[in-house]
Formats: sequence, C-alpha cells, structure tokens
Amino acid sequence: MNAPLIGARVARKEDYRFLTGAGQYTDDVNLPHQTYAAFVRSPHAHAKLKRIQTSKAKQHPGVLAIFTGEDMQVGSLPCGWLITDVHGQPMKEPPHPPLAQGKVRHVGDQVAVVIAETLSAARDAAELVEVEYEVLPAVIDMAKATAAGAPAIHDAAPDNTCYVWALGDQSACDEAFKKAAHVTRLNLVNNRLIPNAIEPRAVNGSYSRGDDSYTLYVSSQNPHVERLLMTAFVLGLPEHKVRVVAPDVGGGFGSKIYLYAEDVVVTWASKQIGGRPVKWTGDRSESFLSDAHGRDHITQAELALDKDGKFLALRVHTTANMGAYLSTFASCIPTILYATLLAGQYATPAIYCEVKAVFTNTAPVDAYRGAGRPEAAYVVERIVETAARELKIDPAELRRRNFVRNFPYQTPVALTYDTGDFQATLDGAIQLSDVAGFAQRRKASEAAGKLRGLGYAAYIEACGLAPSNIAGALGARAGLFEAGEVRVHPTGSVTVFTGSHSHGQGHETTFAQVVADRLGMPIENVDIVHGDTSKVVFGMGTYGSRSLSVGGTAIVKALDKIIAKGKKIAAHLMEAAEADIDYDSGVFKVSGTDKQKTFGEVAFAAYVPHNYPLDKLEPGLNENAFYDPTNFTYPSGTYICEVEVDPDTGTVRVDRFTAVDDFGKIVNPMIVEGQVHGGVTQGIGQALLEGCHYDTETGQLITGSFMDYAMPRAEDVPSYALATRETPCTHNPLGVKGCGEAGAIGAPAALMNAITDALSIYGIQDLPMPASPQTVWKAIRAAQQKAA
Amino acid sequence: MYAFTYHRPASAADAAALALKHTDGKILAGGQSLVQAMKLRLASPSDIIDLGTAKDLVGISQKGNQITIGAMTRHAAVEQSAEVKQLIPALADLAGGIGDRQVRHMGTLGGALANNDPAACYPAAVLGLGATIQTNKRTIAADDFFKGLYETALESSEIITAVTFPAAKRAAYIKFKNPASRFALVGVFVAQMDQGVRLAVTGAASCVFRVPEMEKALGAAFTPESIAKIHVSADDLNSDLHAAADYRAHLITVMAKRAVSKALGQ
Repeated sequence: MNAPLIGARVARKEDYRFLTGAGQYTDDVNLPHQTYAAFVRSPHAHAKLKRIQTSKAKQHPGVLAIFTGEDMQVGSLPCGWLITDVHGQPMKEPPHPPLAQGKVRHVGDQVAVVIAETLSAARDAAELVEVEYEVLPAVIDMAKATAAGAPAIHDAAPDNTCYVWALGDQSACDEAFKKAAHVTRLNLVNNRLIPNAIEPRAVNGSYSRGDDSYTLYVSSQNPHVERLLMTAFVLGLPEHKVRVVAPDVGGGFGSKIYLYAEDVVVTWASKQIGGRPVKWTGDRSESFLSDAHGRDHITQAELALDKDGKFLALRVHTTANMGAYLSTFASCIPTILYATLLAGQYATPAIYCEVKAVFTNTAPVDAYRGAGRPEAAYVVERIVETAARELKIDPAELRRRNFVRNFPYQTPVALTYDTGDFQATLDGAIQLSDVAGFAQRRKASEAAGKLRGLGYAAYIEACGLAPSNIAGALGARAGLFEAGEVRVHPTGSVTVFTGSHSHGQGHETTFAQVVADRLGMPIENVDIVHGDTSKVVFGMGTYGSRSLSVGGTAIVKALDKIIAKGKKIAAHLMEAAEADIDYDSGVFKVSGTDKQKTFGEVAFAAYVPHNYPLDKLEPGLNENAFYDPTNFTYPSGTYICEVEVDPDTGTVRVDRFTAVDDFGKIVNPMIVEGQVHGGVTQGIGQALLEGCHYDTETGQLITGSFMDYAMPRAEDVPSYALATRETPCTHNPLGVKGCGEAGAIGAPAALMNAITDALSIYGIQDLPMPASPQTVWKAIRAAQQKAA
Repeated sequence: MYAFTYHRPASAADAAALALKHTDGKILAGGQSLVQAMKLRLASPSDIIDLGTAKDLVGISQKGNQITIGAMTRHAAVEQSAEVKQLIPALADLAGGIGDRQVRHMGTLGGALANNDPAACYPAAVLGLGATIQTNKRTIAADDFFKGLYETALESSEIITAVTFPAAKRAAYIKFKNPASRFALVGVFVAQMDQGVRLAVTGAASCVFRVPEMEKALGAAFTPESIAKIHVSADDLNSDLHAAADYRAHLITVMAKRAVSKALGQ
C-alpha cells in the first residue's frame, strides 16, 4: 500500500500548465473567421434612451453589425432565487434586458454592441454610436433610495424596494430584550467591494448553421447553469443545442457565477451575423463597471445579555444594496446566506433579523467570496467583542460562556449545526497566537510610539450548498446537487468528470487524491475533467465552498458503483461469490484466499469481455452519480489578529494573524492553507484597503481603476500562523466541510476588533471599513478634539 | 488605443526635428504614463517619437560634486548606480521606490520631469536638491521648471537631455503612499546643501513645491523637532478619496520630520 493520499500535501497537478503559460483561458480561444464585440455603455447612472443613431458607426470600415435593445427582443436575465417578503408577497423582479430597453440604470449599463472584423474597429465604431440620453436623477445612497419622493429606478418597484424579508421570532426577541441586564448596540456598514479576478470576464460565442447549434467559451464558475439560464430563460433555445465551455478560469470569487448580459449578447449576435464567432474580453475598466459587486450592507444590531454575560437575544436590521438589477443570486445573499448565520457559534435563544433589499443606480450586487456569511460574521463578532469590552469581560471568556456545546444544534434561524468544537478552535488560536504575550508586545509598541490591539473573530459558515429540498422551500429555483462520472479506461487509468468547476481551487489535484485513494492507484493514473457541458453530464458549479463536500461526494458515490461492479466482474473471473470479494489498494481479492485480480485486469475484462458474465452484467466500466446533500456543512474557527497603529499617520500594520479552522477532514493541507491565505488576504483587503465608491449625485464610479481601488498586496499582510482542528462532517462520506471562503468570512471582524482595541485609549468603539490611514487618523483626531 | 505613426530617432536632435514637424505628436520617454493614457483612449497622438533609441540621452556621469543623469536613464539604473549611491544616496533611494520593478525598468528621469505628474517622486528630488535641467535649447533651474499641474517650463518640441544634481551634505526622501496607486500621497525630499536647506513636497498639491518656513527652521537647526510645529496650510492642497487636504497638510509635517530623521541616519 502506498502512503495515504487523503491528508497528503500533493503538489498541484495543474500548476505546471499555469506556471509555464500553458493554461488555456477564454481569451486564448481564437476561432476561424472570428469577429470582435465592443459594447457601448451608459455614461449616466440613470437616463432615458431617447434615440440611438448607428448609421455613422455602421459605415466605419470593418463593422459587420450593430445591435441595440430594440433589435434584441429576448427574455430577461433571470434571478435564480425567489424571496417571499414579510407580507407573503414575491419580491419585485424588474426586467433585466441584455441590452437596455428604453432606459439605462447604472454607469456601464449595456446600450448597444458593435461587431467588427477587428477589436480596434469595433471600439472605434462604438465611439461613433450616437446616443441621446435624457438624464434622470440618480439614486445612489441606500438611505435615499427608499425615502419618499425618491426617483423610481424600475416601474415594477416604485419605492425602489425589492423586498422586506424577516427571519426569526420577533416577539420572543422583543421579550428577551425587556429582561436584559445589558444591551449592546452597534451600527455597522459592510463596505461594498469590487471582486477583481485576475482574468477579466471573457466570452467567445459561435453559432453553427450546419446543425443549428451554439458553442460558448466563457470565463464562468458554472457552465451548466450558464447554459440552463441562457437557453431556458433568455434566448429560448433547446438546451441540447448549446455547448458551454468554461476552460481555465483565472479566478472568480463569486463574480463569475452569474449569467451576464455580454454572454447572451455575443451568443445571440453570432447567429445574427451568419454564424461567425463573436469574441469579447472585458478590459479592466469594464470589469470595474459591470462585474457584480459584493457586500454593501447597512446594519443596526442589538445584543441583549443577562447579568452573567449570557446572550439572550440578537436583533438585526439590515438594508442591502441590490444595485440596478437583480443579478443571478442577488436576492438570496443578504437573506438565506446571511440571516441564517446570525447565531454564529453561540446558543443565543432568540434571534430576529429584518432585511430590506433596495435598488440603486449602481452595478448589480451579488455573491462575493463568503456571500452573506462574511456580513453575518461581521455583525456577530463585532457586537460580541463590543459587548465584552462594555462589560469588561475578557472577549474569549464571553465567547466561551455562550458557545454551542451540544450537537446537533438547532439554531433559532433555521439551521441545524451537525458538529463542531468551538472551544477547541478558540483555545488553539489563543495558544498559537500567544495571547499571553500580548501585554508585553503592547508595551514594546507603546515604547516606539505605536498602539497595539488584539481582536478575535469566532466565525461559523454554512457551506456545501445545499440540500435541494431545503433550498427549494426557501425560494431556490434550481437544485443544488452535484454530478460526477468515473470513466475507467480499458487499461485501468481513470478520467473523472465533475460538475464542479476549478478556477484556482486546485480540484484537479484534490479530487484526484480522493479518487486515487479510493481506488488505490497512483494519482498519475487519474485525470479530472470539468467545465464543458459536452463532456460533463451535469453540474451546478463551484461557489459556497461546495466543491469537495458536494461535488467530491458525487464522485465518491460513482466510485462506489465502480468498485461494486468491479467486484461482480472479479467474482466471475475468480469463480467466487461476489460477497467474498474484498477491494483494497487496487486489488480485488477473494477473502481468505490468495486469489486476486488487479483493478487493471478487471477493467480490461470489462472492455474485452471474452470471459465475462454478459448474461447478468453490461460490459464497460463507467458510472455516474448525482449527490444531493442532506444538510449544509458548517466550517468554523477562531481568528486572532494583532495590529499596530501609527497614531501620527493613521497607518494600520497587521503584525500577526492566526487562524485555527475546523474544516472537517482535510484532503490536501497545502491547498487548504492556500485557500485560507487567499481568503484571509481578501478579508484584510476588505477591512483595510478595499472600498467601492460612487459619486452620490452622479453615480460615476470614483474607484473605477486600481489607481483608486486598493487591492491587498503581499507587503500589506504578515506571514499567517495557521492550524486546524478536525470534527468530521457527519453527513458526507468524506467528512469534509469546505474551506474556500472561511478566511474572507472571519478576517474582517478580527481585524476591526483589533484596530478598535488599539484605539480604545481614545474611546473609539467603531470605525468604518476600510480602516484606511485617513479614516483612522480622522477618528483619532475627532476623539482628541472631543477630549480637548 | 488609436492608430499612430511610430518614429525611432537616433538622437535628441533628430527627435526635436520630428517633434517640430509633427505638432500633434507626442514624445515617448519610457511610456509609463503616456502609454496608459493611450490604451485607455484618453490620448490620441498622431505620431509617437520614441526617445528609446536616442543613445545620447542615456547615462550617468560624475564631475566633482555633481552627477549628471541622461534624460532617458531608467529609474532602475539610477537606483543601482554606484556613483549616485555614493554621492547622493537619497536620490538612488528615491529612484528605487518609484512604482514597481517593471516601471523602474521602463520609466525615465526625463519622462517623469516632462510629465510633471503631481504625485511623481522625481520632481521632489530635482526641486529638493536644486538640480539643473538641460534641454536641447537651454538650461533651466529647478526652481523655474515646475509650473503647475502637468505643466513645466518646456516649450513645444523642447526636449530634456539631462539633469545635473549637486551633492548634498545630507538628504533623504520619505513617501507616504496612496493605498491604491502607491504614488506619493505626500512625499518629502529634504536636503542640507552648502547654501542652506531645501525641502520639497510632492503629491500634496497640484505641483511639487518648497516649504520656505521649514527650510529656514532646518537651516537654523537640522532636527525633526525644529519643524514639528510648522504646518503647511491646507488651502491649496489636493483633496481626494484617500486624503482630504487637512490630512495631507498634517502628513507634510509628519513626513518632513521623518525625512529629516532619515537624513540624520536616525
């Protein structure tokens, strides 16, 4: 038996091609007779389209066609999740046309598309399209969006409200507040983020006259869902006539889950121009303007505690920005993926959360790494830390007093935690981060004129989306299973097809480890294929840290079928009873004898069935499985952050960051660490650097490039101290929980708790994210002026 | 990017002749600003006259207590120059902090000065050291060169050929970086010269400027404490997302103090 592959730090199989420039991204796909698309985008946040003149642009050399919303009468880009409001009414779903119809609703909204022989000709001609706008007052601030007399962005939502939704027992919550010995209140803004994957969105769509079919290469996290939404809801095409390929994808972070207007437009346009492929690769400026943004909540939170510091109730009111249109999963992010996580790691008996989702004249907002769960963890972990400071209880101790300790645990906000050990991750983090030495480090900082602070965040998330029946009851318009196929070749090597999609996560390695381990074969004999609807049976794609727990389990189910069939074949070959066949380390054995057949011999027999039970068994060795989870998975952990603040400039330096996570069973610790590194860095980005700003009057995107939008860089983060604790998930065979989003979920609260701890000498309780030097300096100066 | 005609002159004189002929053209001196603007279609020159092939514009030479740097010398060359490191280490240090490694291997001294970006680093050194700018037509003192936002004393078709820096007794540059672009939000170059102290501020206003009050105080006592209470008025300073004028004004004093400490080797 080889060393076990589960738990091994196997080097990533995909890295050779990525690091040597052999990756194949959508922009690398160039097809014969290809044409290029350029989009005419709205320079206004809100305007009526009075007239679009394309005659001059059409005469530009190389232009093949120009289409406007008037030309493109197709369905609306759909929203995949129906939220039912507090009155039992469906959310408002205004139309989202791929090309604007009569009105534009955010800067960057698509007005027209130019198709030309070259990219340069397409862009030149796009500038020649004359659009007459009647500029309307824009609604940018969420607070102003629902004020009386605010201009309506959609006729279907005259008060700019998509829904008001609630979860939890309001009266139980109100009663608990009446009995509280202490109430902590906190107003929080979860800052709006722009995702910024390294690879911008890109699409290459072509129509084939020969068989009336379409092929679409697209930088997407879920090609099957892209195809389903496009064919069934927008273009009305037969699904089997459309192939969607998501080749190598250079990062998504949620922003490539959705069906975007550009994808639909180029696919449709290819047929209009007679079948020549149409290519569009967004430039960075377009990414800033038109990718779905993330977060953007305004929240009032109240925590009721008894005299011993036990949590009695949590009451939360949140306003969430949807942007100008409902993106594919926009509606479920600040509801189903947010309010359900407000119990955190605590046995708070009563929780009530009300969410108002509003439309504004800004880019659509949807899932971004963590998607609702970072926002929930931020509320819970900021208010718990604040309560501890108000009550002068050690923040770790306050958490300990309130931890959920018995599993399964039914929260008051609809989830059932199957397993966890919150004390173990907290204690582990305290030890690893040397909390005991903090006082001394603080003294040393003070001696150098700096302020040092320490902050905790004990997060939980719900991953492994999702049991389809539960999701359906909550409004999902799709199933959330995953599919996998194991194809054993006649010579015994294996190709596995998964509906999950890897865009940086390393599935080609992790999944191959699972397969090779289960089949007892070298990992080199296993390849993972994903991202092509013509190869993979079906898939719901990758998001919500679901790939291994749901996609991996589907593969395991298919592997079990392979082994079961292999046993039948082996039994025949060795003239034994099927019940007597054991499979271990790549060998079928007749138990209690020395008779055995290798996996390869059995596979060969399945494809060269000369000596084979053809009367009872089909030849071949190829199995499919679909897996629908019975519960969410619940990764959790404790993060401890230490910062040093320079009071003269307001600069915050992250000095130490410790993460102790419980991801259940871990297949590849190296890949998991990489995921935590990336997630924590994005969390630090949100807390310290990133913030999307629109001009509140004109709706122009102020942070429209990296000149103004600050992404975290290597020099902004310390070397992280990481460890894991393991309580295996109870309801999937791998015992895995998911690790892709945890860092981004836990880090912002830990960081802001650390910064406010450092600034506590000024009496500063709260600070908006990002805690930029100017923000910190202004807070210090305001506190000093107040004191003086 | 729009189409343009590309020229590769062999010398500064050839370049000047081309510039005179193509009045809607632009001189390319490294391209770290102009090429970006062209890619975004914000600039549409008819002709690009690339000084990259003008051999007479490259090089670093020392003459007594002065260093002359050719206009097309890349930042990385200045950063790594033994002469510069020995005679004016603050200048090598400044060059080594411009942009990133890629920028430093393309960007040039002449390009940075001719562009006069309000947040560029080099103008602070040129003004702070009282350098002399040589063009194909004349010699311009640093104090007369920087005129305003992206504005210099250069006439059309006038090309910077070299810059001569005098050595300082002590000098240092400190940059407080814009969190997004990493350009100078406030950069301060301080130099103790034989004739007195010079202190130049970049990033804070529409154009690099000197702070005479700080120079005077530092002339009397070259210590951080001597300027701790000197504040530049916020009135004419830049205000943006990352720094309002009052924050920039505050940072000027903090960075000036730190620059003095750095110059003193503290």
